Amino acid sequence: MSALPPYASTGQRIWHYAFRVICGLIFFFLIAPILVIIPLSFNEQDFFTFTPEMLRLDPEGYSLEHYRDFFTNSDWQQALRNSVLIAPAATLLAVTFGTLAAIGLSQPHVPGRRAIMAILISPMIVPLIISAAGMYFFYSRVGLQGTYLGVVLAHAALGIPFVIITVTATLVGFDRSLTRAAASLGADPVRTFFKVQMPLILPGVISGGLFAFITSFDEVVIVLFVGSAGQKTLPWQMFIGLREQISPTILAVATILVAVSILLLATVEVLRRRSERLRGMSPS
Amino acid sequence: MTDVTDATTARRGPTPDDALRVADSRREPMLAADGTPLKRSLARALRREKLRALMLIAPLLLFILVTFIAPIADMLFRSVENQIVSDTLPRTTRALADWDGQDLPPEDAFAAMAYDLTEAAELKVHTRLGSRLNYEAPGISSLFRKSGRGTGDAGEALGEQFVTLDPAWENPMVWAELMAPPDWLEARAAHYADGGEPEGLPAFKLRDEADTILPETASVYGGFARITQFEDGDDPAEEDPWSPIYLALHRDLAADPPLGDWSGPHADLLAAAAEAAPAMETVPLVQQFEEIDEDWLDPDVWATIKTFSPPYTPGYFLNAVDMQQTPDGVELRPETQRIYVTLFLRTLVMSLAITGTCLLLGYPVAWLLANLPSGRANLLMILVLLPFWTSLLVRTSAWKVLLQQQGVINDTLVWIGLIADDKRLTLINNQTGTIIAMTHILLPFMILPLYSVMKTIPPSYLRAAKSLGATDWTAFWRVYFPQSVPGIGAGSILVFILAIGYYITPELVGGTSGVFISNRIAYHISSSLNWGLAAALGSILLFAVLILYWAYDRMVGIDNVKLGG
Repeated sequence: MSALPPYASTGQRIWHYAFRVICGLIFFFLIAPILVIIPLSFNEQDFFTFTPEMLRLDPEGYSLEHYRDFFTNSDWQQALRNSVLIAPAATLLAVTFGTLAAIGLSQPHVPGRRAIMAILISPMIVPLIISAAGMYFFYSRVGLQGTYLGVVLAHAALGIPFVIITVTATLVGFDRSLTRAAASLGADPVRTFFKVQMPLILPGVISGGLFAFITSFDEVVIVLFVGSAGQKTLPWQMFIGLREQISPTILAVATILVAVSILLLATVEVLRRRSERLRGMSPS
Repeated sequence: MTDVTDATTARRGPTPDDALRVADSRREPMLAADGTPLKRSLARALRREKLRALMLIAPLLLFILVTFIAPIADMLFRSVENQIVSDTLPRTTRALADWDGQDLPPEDAFAAMAYDLTEAAELKVHTRLGSRLNYEAPGISSLFRKSGRGTGDAGEALGEQFVTLDPAWENPMVWAELMAPPDWLEARAAHYADGGEPEGLPAFKLRDEADTILPETASVYGGFARITQFEDGDDPAEEDPWSPIYLALHRDLAADPPLGDWSGPHADLLAAAAEAAPAMETVPLVQQFEEIDEDWLDPDVWATIKTFSPPYTPGYFLNAVDMQQTPDGVELRPETQRIYVTLFLRTLVMSLAITGTCLLLGYPVAWLLANLPSGRANLLMILVLLPFWTSLLVRTSAWKVLLQQQGVINDTLVWIGLIADDKRLTLINNQTGTIIAMTHILLPFMILPLYSVMKTIPPSYLRAAKSLGATDWTAFWRVYFPQSVPGIGAGSILVFILAIGYYITPELVGGTSGVFISNRIAYHISSSLNWGLAAALGSILLFAVLILYWAYDRMVGIDNVKLGG
């Protein structure tokens, strides 16, 4: 596919280029909605479409008004604070428990590994609305509904499968004789873990943590049910904004979030390459 | 791609397990350095290793069990749980057990209902029971709300007659002495002597004798004492007893109890009351209930209560598939109330449509990515991964903005001249909106598994087919496509599982015709408060997803989940 052979017939030539155009259109479909909201967020008016001034690239048509609103409006600021508070807490929990368990799971002898794995992965499989319903029922029984702790615990549970998956993937390439070497040189298991194992699996742990972070940071269904108005996060505020009175500030927030995801994507990509290089499997 | 394979296939050195196998193959026992047989010592090492692995996993397993599995179990439990009826109306449930459901229930059931509703109204739970039964028979909610106060007056006229007979009957202390054992009364006196407050009183107990000789009175008084003491924080021996207690006393005395066996205090008081009771003026309970609300004369109301009195019910599940449990058995709901089967079908059909469009759009892209030189493929991969990493709400808001009648898409189409300004397309708040937005959101989940499968198909196969005379189409269809089927299966199931349980996007762009079953679940949790039905709908959905997941596991492997990147 990479190049058209010189002997290709006219039909093949037409198909070759038609196929590229089709693929181009699909890529456009994938990326355009995300890119379109960026210029729209600088709209001077409260419209959700390009004004004639914007199309003329008239600086008058653009403004930072919606960003100003985001940074001054107390609702949005409260939501931002909650998001910045909840997501790292949930990530910390998920990474701590998840890494320990992933190390346990990668031991050669684990009784019932399949069943354990199924349970640990299940938060990723069960549709969010079902998890949300169950957590709402159960957490209101035990008094966790409407508390920060409840939301953090729920989000940690959602992030754990990602940590387990990425860390076990990194552990696949981990050479066990290194820990034995450390032990034979007199290091105790804790020291071995922090000095030998941890630095080597760190890329996996960090990218698992990033997955857990983005899961919590983006999550809205669970927080809608398990949280109360006090735990309103950014996605929740956006959800309300979209459902009730749609304000252009949402586009400004969306643009900021796109920037955040680009940052996270780049980090994960760098980490993945580093981890592959360490495993001697440099990307082709 | 970060593939997760079984960690045991990792590079590793010898383990106790291997050594055990070696030791097994020898004839005479080998000894370890400390003199124990090598086999035993290795087995111990193996056991310790297993234990250590489990110890590492245990905290997380516990965490997931508490924060996630327990809630799911709770939801499954709630979908059949129905203890509210027998908890709130225990006496009525018992009294209705032998009723045949034909005419009106016996007077006993009315009396039981008067006691139960009085207690429920004191605890302010009668409205909750009303709303629960209202799911099954509309109208019961207001009946219960109205009757909560009314039944508290049952026996008021009798109470006055008892008091006229002997003023001791309105003395709370006399009642306490009748009903409580001497040791409770002594403990109470001692409590006050120590300067205690009514809140700290020892828990009220019933005298055994009162329970056997005056059963109904004891039961109602027991409820009164419990609520007075623990809900209101008062002393039962200082509060005026409820009117229904007099009704119970009158009914007990009319049953000709063996008062001669009464060994407690106030035997003469009881004897005098028993003598006067038959001459007391009474209004039949049925009539009293009719005055509260004439719906009580409708046997259907009683039948509904009886039908839903068992502690577990299939009612919510039946409701979730548009059936209902009636006193005559299970039947379909009236046509106007059937919504869930349609909704389940719509969820299914739309999820299939979304999976189909994802496959249609994802296949060519995955093919292109798998066949381009890796530098350009990695560059294009970013176009797939960026949407994957972008917040779901960002993408949904983008579509909400784009699809509006005055939005960018309609504006562009009008500007190009494809459609007239007054014939702008309705792309949002209907099924089209849901399908477009969800296809966009789920497309990366289709492309990534497809890509990782296609990456493994050697391009030389296609060239070989062509060199043997196959046309482009034959080569693709007979050689390439069959090898990409595992990717299609994995991607389709993944997209379908995700689509079937989606909530946010249909809620925001689906309007009324484009919503899924999950939106209905959310509605029942937060708006209609019919949690049982929400749990039943959720359980059905969960079951469907688990079956699909099982299929996915068979096809792709449980820990072979791919994360973009």
